[in-house]
Amino acid sequence: MRKEIENLQNEIIRISGVNPRKCMRCGKCSGTCPAYDEMEYHPHQFVSMVESGDIEPLLNSKSLYQCLTCFACVDRCPRGVEPAKLIEAVRLAAVRKQGQNHMTANDIPEKLDEDIPQQALVSALRKYSK
Amino acid sequence: MKVSYFPGCTLKTKAKDLDAYARKCAEILGITLEEIENWQCCGGVFTTARDEIATKLSSVRALNDAKEKNQALVSVCSACHNVLKQTNYAMQTDEEFASRANNYMQLDEAYLGETQVLHYLELLRDVVGFDKVAEKVVNPLKGKKIAAYYGCLLLRPNSVMKMDDPENPTIIEDLIRALGAEAVIYPYRNECCGGYVALENPDSAKEKSLKVTNSAKNAEADIILTACPLCKYNLEKNGADIPVVYFTELMAEAFGIKEDCNA
Repeated sequence: MRKEIENLQNEIIRISGVNPRKCMRCGKCSGTCPAYDEMEYHPHQFVSMVESGDIEPLLNSKSLYQCLTCFACVDRCPRGVEPAKLIEAVRLAAVRKQGQNHMTANDIPEKLDEDIPQQALVSALRKYSK
Repeated sequence: MKVSYFPGCTLKTKAKDLDAYARKCAEILGITLEEIENWQCCGGVFTTARDEIATKLSSVRALNDAKEKNQALVSVCSACHNVLKQTNYAMQTDEEFASRANNYMQLDEAYLGETQVLHYLELLRDVVGFDKVAEKVVNPLKGKKIAAYYGCLLLRPNSVMKMDDPENPTIIEDLIRALGAEAVIYPYRNECCGGYVALENPDSAKEKSLKVTNSAKNAEADIILTACPLCKYNLEKNGADIPVVYFTELMAEAFGIKEDCNA
């Protein structure tokens, strides 16, 4: 594995606190994921791809922005792997790079309607930008 | 009895009614909600990455403020509650995170997760008691079939939230029954509405919200009950054709004080 990929893999594992080697490939995380249909890579694939160091495709995938952080996969994993925390760490690895914000304050006005709660705006900006 | 209260950004803006009903109902039950001074927005979502420090400090400040008053910290919004509880848990269990957060805080005494964090529903169940809630009902909601909608944030992650059984919760149904109405159980009550992805992918939020609404309607519910302004928005925006109501509004109706809150 290239040194920089190995460093990234270690960083994702460190900040997520997730050990992908605990996964037994049962697929329950993806089976219960409400965003499954919108994802190119599914929760179980995030776990196996981080484990094998195949992280580049994940960093560039729109799947990062479809996760709802609803913690369904976290609570329903029989091995306590907590895939959502791994997806969060990969998303941060992507948006923390200079100029890689997925959504900024400038994008907000066109998304507004008169009923949208502030909670939605702060949550989206926290998930999609740095 | 006095508790510290964290209203959060949305209860000061789009969900003022959720806040007003909560305060009035608490008074009826002998609880004073003391709003934390100069509280700041919780950020809406808890970032699970352990090296995220600054984004969690507003929660740590609120938690420490409650600690200094020796009070529990109560919130009504599902999102605020989730962020406060997860931050508090991190302060208790992640030594490195707690140390770095405390470096920013510069408190006389380090904050290490001492404050008890309660959702308003937990306050009703564990401090007041649903039997006492039932005693205050003057307008029992007889004949109403109500579907409790938990969504994701109230219950998960269960290892931290410890509010109820995450797959078969009863806390909101117990409140519904205490108010004299009938609780309807349906499959999608603890599934996500689409949350903040409503901004990124509205079609995705629509699909998830419709599943919840249709599931409640199939169980013959007249009303969907929620604690979360974003759940309410997503369900209503995406075609809910039965009312989606805050649990505090239903309480105010049963307590006969709903009109007083609309001032």
